[in-house]
Parts: sequence; structure tokens; C-alpha cells
Amino acid sequence: MPMVMAAADIGRSLTRISHEIIEKSGDVLPVLVGIHTRGVPLARRIAGVIEEVQGVSVSVGALDIGLYRDDLAGRLTTELAGTRLPTDITDRTVVLVDDVLYTGRTVRAALDALSDFGRPAAVRLAVLADRGHRQLPIRPDHVGRNLPTSRTERVSVRLAEIDGTEDGVWVEGAEG
Amino acid sequence: MSFLTTEGVARSELEKILYLADEFTEVLARPIRIVPALQGKLIANLFFENSTRTRLSFERAARALSADVMTFSAGSSSLSKGESLKDTALTIEAMGVDLMVVRHSSTGAPRRIDQWTSCLVVNAGDGAHQHPTQALLDAFTLRRHFGGIEGLRVAIVGDIRHSRVARSNLFALTALGAQVTLVAPRTLQPVEYQDWPAAVTESLDEELSRTDVVYLLRIQTERGGASVFPSLPEYVSRYGLTRERFARLPKESVVLHPGPMNRGVEIDDEIARHPRALILDQVANGVAVRMAILFRLLGAR
Repeated sequence: MPMVMAAADIGRSLTRISHEIIEKSGDVLPVLVGIHTRGVPLARRIAGVIEEVQGVSVSVGALDIGLYRDDLAGRLTTELAGTRLPTDITDRTVVLVDDVLYTGRTVRAALDALSDFGRPAAVRLAVLADRGHRQLPIRPDHVGRNLPTSRTERVSVRLAEIDGTEDGVWVEGAEG
Repeated sequence: MSFLTTEGVARSELEKILYLADEFTEVLARPIRIVPALQGKLIANLFFENSTRTRLSFERAARALSADVMTFSAGSSSLSKGESLKDTALTIEAMGVDLMVVRHSSTGAPRRIDQWTSCLVVNAGDGAHQHPTQALLDAFTLRRHFGGIEGLRVAIVGDIRHSRVARSNLFALTALGAQVTLVAPRTLQPVEYQDWPAAVTESLDEELSRTDVVYLLRIQTERGGASVFPSLPEYVSRYGLTRERFARLPKESVVLHPGPMNRGVEIDDEIARHPRALILDQVANGVAVRMAILFRLLGAR
């Protein structure tokens, strides 16, 4: 299975996304909210870069969309990882962070979940990889890498914090 | 899989439900206290035996998960026209119900309904047999208060023989690592306790100094509980949690009661209002725990 992003690529992408977020923000930095599972460490890493560059602390939260999915019938688990928002998001800019953007259904669920906590001034979307095949009118604001894939392929992301291995992104064939 | 009893349920499964209940406690603290997790699911609450708190708690839990709820209570039902339990269950299943919450005065009624229908069933109390969601909300209350259940010494006091709460708690708390002692006069001790993982004693006074949790049961006049000891004053004198007895408990200990309370009988009125009486925490936690159980059963379907 071919690796399409190595650890160094992921690091550079996250650094660029962090700078884009700083550039787009005014005086008030946004709240970063990672979508479980791998969006959470990505949000923390982006926050780390922003904090280093700007010298201020950035609020990071975690969003579990397990209670908001619209494809429940296909879901085999009732595990929840938990939602923790560090601050009131009303009138703040929120940047949702996820690893792979695909159909857009996860992001739709995340938007529903966020709206139960308050009314953000704006919500933006940052993803490590965009593999296309959207089924909803959702587009990312910050993209690490565009990955043209077919629907039968699988994109897998590994991150040190979650998987205990070196970072990487792979595209696997339908059989693989 | 239906949820009918705590007996024989693995510790890991109980812990999963308690963990989910933590998440639903968070949901219930949000500005908008409802999530769409069970949208489109239909839950029927079948209370063949009367109940207020359990029925309302299940309704609240189902609605907070966006499920549709139908509730039927004894008295207002066709049971008074002589319809059998089986026909009632099949009729309600035919309306497209996904899960039935069943309370019944007869032991085994929820299990029979589970066998007759293809619905999932949650036992909300059957006779003197089991009340498993009560046991889980009690375990959840203790876990939140103490940080864990392993090693807790729990004295369950009162009418053990007629108490489904005692049975459910005994198995759930023991599976989670607590040491349970059943405290009752001989006439209210269960006949089958030799097979249970619990110590049994007649003396509450001997247990007081070595217990972390005093779990008081209601004296149940409707199940014959009042007829087996001479008088209420005599019961209070030996088993009531009076102020004097409360003072002899360890400083970190807590008091639970499944409600409704007979103030002045099993519990002193002032003790019922004490900060170490977690009785209203139990009620509040009941909603999150029942959400966890409904989500665990229906969420992956």
C-alpha cells in the first residue's frame, strides 16, 4: 500500500495550515475543535504551532459526533469518545479539524453537534487530506493535501498520539 | 440484546454502560439537552405496575435521545378488559416498536415479552426479581462520588426478601468489585441467599462502623413487607437509619435510597436531607444511565 504522505509531509502541511489560520484571523484567534478520533491530535498540533508563532494560548476542544451521524444503520459501535469544548463558542470563530474529508457527512454531523453548544460567528474546516467524492455541499478552508482517489480505495491515517507509530497517510486498493 | 437482569452480566459490559453514562451526563449539561442519536426509533414504556420516577426517567431518557415514546400505564389499559400479557405485547409490537421498557408485578414478565416479540426489552422492575437500571444508576452514583466501586463496602438494609432493587444491586455491585452485606431481620432475609455472593446479618448496628455505603430499602407494604415484623416502631428501633446510627458511620460514608422514601421509618427525615444522602443524585443520574442503556441497545441497530 503506497504511502502518500510521510511524517515530514504531515508536519509541513500542518505548519502551513497553522499559518493560514493565523493569517485569516483578526486579533482574536479561533477555537480549534478536533473531530474524534484523529482530528483531536491534529487540532492540538496546529494549536501548538500557532502558540509558538504568536506567543498566545489557543483553545482546543474535542468533538464526538457519534450521537449525530445520519448513517446510524451502518454503524456497528456504540462507543463514544466524549465531547469537551474548552470555552463558550458563541460569537467565536471555530475551526473544525479532521484527518480525511470524504463524503462530508462527518462534517455535517459535526456542524449539528456544534450548534447544540452555541452559535459560532463562523465555522471553518481544516483537513489533513481531501480525497473528494462529496455527497453534501461542504468544502474545506484549509487542506493539507488533495488526494485524488476512487471510491473503492481506502485512505488510512496514522498519528503517533493515537496509533503509537510514526505518522503517515496511505492509500490502499480495494483488495488491500 | 435485551437488558433484563444484572445477574451474570460481565464487569466489562457494566463498565461500558457507566462510561457511556458519563458522556450522557455531559449531554444533559449542555445548553441544548437533546441529541439526535435515536431519531426515528420508537420506544414503548409498558408500565403494568404503577411507577412515577422510573416511568418519567425512562421518558426523559428516550426523549433526550430524540426517540419517539409511547407510554402506557396500568389502570388505563385493556388489561382491565382481560387481554393477556402476550396479546398486549404482540399488539404493541405490531405498531412498529423497536424497544419496550417493561415493568410488571410478576417475576419474569419482561423475559416472556422478550421471548414472544422481536423487540428489544429493558426490564424496569419485575416483581421481587430484578430492577437492573436502578442498580446501574446506583453504581453510577457511587462511582461518581467515590471515583470507583472496587473495594467499597456496601450494606443493603431492609426488606431483602421482597426487593428487586437488592437483588439487582447485589449482582451489579459485586461484579464491579464491591463487598455487599445484606442486613435484614430473619423474616425478611431471602431464602436463596446461600448461593449469593454476599454476607448476611441481622444486626445493622454491628455493620455501621465498617460500611462505606448504607443502602436503605423501602418497606414495601404492597409486597407483604409490613406483615412480617411486629410493628413499624420495632423495625425503626432495629433497622431505621436514625440520627444516632448515622453518627456512628465513617465520616466518608454515604446513604442511598431507591425511593419513594418512608420518612421516619427506614430513614430519619433529617438524614434524608443530609449532604451525604445521595438520594436526589440517584434520581438525576438515572436519566443519564437510562440514556446509556437505550443507546447501547438501539444505537448500533
